[in-house]
Amino acid sequence: MKIKTECVAMLLAGGQGSRLGVLTHTTAKPAVPFGGKYRIIDFPLSNCKNSGIDTVGVLTQYQPLVLNDYIGSGQPWDLDRIHGGVHVLPPYQQSSGSDWYKGTANAIYQNIPFIERYDPEYVLVLSGDHIYKMDYSIMIDRHKRMGADCTIAVLEVPMEEASRFGIMNTDENGMVYEFEEKPKNPKSNKASMGIYVFSWPVLREYLIADEKDPSSQNDFGKNIIPKMLDDGKVMGTYPFEGYWKDVGTIDSLWEANLDLLNPKMQLDLDDEHWRIYSRSIAGAPHFVSADAEVQNSIVTEGCDISGTVDFSVIFGDVVIEKGAVVHDSIVMPGSVIHSNARVEYAILGERSVIGAGASVGMRPEEAENLDDWGVTVIGPDISVGRGSTVGAHKMIASNVKDGETID
Amino acid sequence: MINNNSVLGIVFGNSHDEMVKELAEVRAMGSVPFGGRYRLIDFTLSNLCNADVDRVGVITKSNYQSLMGHLGSGKPWDLARKNGGLYILPPFAHGDRGVYHGQVDALGGIRGFLTSSHREYVIMCDADVVSNIDLKKMLAAHIESGADITIACKRGVPPLGNDVMKFTTAADGRVTDIDLSPTDGSDKLYSLNITILRRELLIRLVDNAMGHNYTRLAADIYQRRLDELNIHAYEIEGYVAVIDSVDTYVRENMRLLESDVRRELFGGNRPVLTKVRDEMPVRYGLNADVKNSLIADGCVIEGKVENCVLFRGVKVNRGAVVRDSIIMQDTVVGDGADLQYVCTDKDVVITNGKVLRGSENYHVYIRKASVV
Repeated sequence: MKIKTECVAMLLAGGQGSRLGVLTHTTAKPAVPFGGKYRIIDFPLSNCKNSGIDTVGVLTQYQPLVLNDYIGSGQPWDLDRIHGGVHVLPPYQQSSGSDWYKGTANAIYQNIPFIERYDPEYVLVLSGDHIYKMDYSIMIDRHKRMGADCTIAVLEVPMEEASRFGIMNTDENGMVYEFEEKPKNPKSNKASMGIYVFSWPVLREYLIADEKDPSSQNDFGKNIIPKMLDDGKVMGTYPFEGYWKDVGTIDSLWEANLDLLNPKMQLDLDDEHWRIYSRSIAGAPHFVSADAEVQNSIVTEGCDISGTVDFSVIFGDVVIEKGAVVHDSIVMPGSVIHSNARVEYAILGERSVIGAGASVGMRPEEAENLDDWGVTVIGPDISVGRGSTVGAHKMIASNVKDGETID
Repeated sequence: MINNNSVLGIVFGNSHDEMVKELAEVRAMGSVPFGGRYRLIDFTLSNLCNADVDRVGVITKSNYQSLMGHLGSGKPWDLARKNGGLYILPPFAHGDRGVYHGQVDALGGIRGFLTSSHREYVIMCDADVVSNIDLKKMLAAHIESGADITIACKRGVPPLGNDVMKFTTAADGRVTDIDLSPTDGSDKLYSLNITILRRELLIRLVDNAMGHNYTRLAADIYQRRLDELNIHAYEIEGYVAVIDSVDTYVRENMRLLESDVRRELFGGNRPVLTKVRDEMPVRYGLNADVKNSLIADGCVIEGKVENCVLFRGVKVNRGAVVRDSIIMQDTVVGDGADLQYVCTDKDVVITNGKVLRGSENYHVYIRKASVV
């Protein structure tokens, strides 16, 4: 017996995220820690749960170990279900041979049998590297009401930034008549968020045709969407308002974390009707000692803070010793910052160790040349020796010796 | 290797409720909040879980709604299992006897559960003990010693109560005398009521006691049969708290601010597990000023906090000052309020500008969901 599922979500989580450098050497981008106790993928998975979508395929390819382990049975997101639930879908060998996922569309194409098991009306395609809260059920309702073949979530971006996005030019009803990828002279500021609802029979047909086209890059944005538009399919938009951020670069990851410190920010993590769920460590409440000063920051379970923390996001099980100073930084789980070390404008990867008296990163106002300035990143499991100095805009992938200077 | 499938855990969820009247008015002892994010029973269940005990019965008596809500399927303690797992055992009225009196009666009420749980050993625990104990090691010691019964104990001033066993032991650890007289404030070797024995022996002892209308484990079984039973005392080193009064409750929460206590309770490779509430991390606002405090997730701090334990979801608003206090889950401390030596239960609202001050040896206790 086949139980019908109205909508299946397919979450694209296979990208390497190479622009995040050392942070994604051994971890897929969606598994990168975010916001104190989350990982990036918690946002789309929690959105699915909160939108009543209980069948989710997660397409993985690059360094899936951490991600697989993290998703597990899907229990933290209420996605361990008798029918449906979350399924991790890596590329697999078939009698006709085997292929890595060649592109976003090909990843879905290779999993047509998975989708067919649920006999859905609609398929929701999501990406695993965005921070936002969205009720997909409203988007699907709009898709139905418009009688669309495809509905694309769009965000109005400042006009001067529009040329960095895929822009949807729409008529007064919000129907797309033209799609321009990173246009030099944008006609509209409606940027595609990479979130699509498709009527499954239509998408299925296009995926099969796309696979047969040797010149195609098998990509939704580059191939499937333009082709559907050319063929005169009904292409709707779903205007989204609220916080949305692509955290594909070091700067945007750093910014999005620090955005959480802004009390006026639209991404409310304290909303009990739209919780962001995560696989939680069994950490004790965090301890702030008599020597500590903590302001304008986020701190979570398992931490032991005796230093000064300002404008920073401190993840679980982090130790910050007496006299250490952490400003404008992101400190990922299990890191240790020893006494009198200084960390400014930096991202410390998981389990990194900053030796006593070391200095990592630099304030922009201290930089001689602002063009060379940037956030410094210490890779996961890296130790920075006692009394060493790591300057601004560095990406550290191997241990730094005691007293060494990297400038 | 001790087969994990050889031990049954029994937890008395209501042990000594009467000792902490204020806190247990709306809940069972086991679900009294403790240490920022825990309930008392978490420590006992985590000890069992960390010893790979995968079949646990929690005996309840009264006010157990919040306890059941907390335990759910037992998943947080890895007790949502195919065979075994968590069993909540509410009172089972036998004939005209009504709700049970005493632990022997309670065990008689779950006789069916005891006989159908095919495990060699039983570990019985009260829910009012806060400690991180290696029960695997204790079971190994029990087997090694050849004792009939092994009871964990601690050296120090015994807790209050009229059924606290104080042991005198021989050199090999065998208990030679059990004293049940009230504590005189001097150091003794007192029982933590964490007891290991063979399941068949337990059933035999309970059957016999029921037949004689005996109801108390300590006086009617252990003390009465001390000559024929080989009872061993197993001394626990390290941090142990028995919550025997509201004063002790306050003091032991405060002791979590000592790094040695935190290390002994949370620092090892035996995690203390609890129900996940998916709270956001703690947000410190501009001008937040926090010293020497334990802060659970979901808190938002914009005021001054010193020497406090803040439970999950507490809000300390701008200009508020909270010192030397225990602030339970979802309490809101309004703008400019000033609290010292206060213990608020869950969901309390302290309105703007209120001043509440207890004293070092007497915390002001504020009942659940009060608005001050």
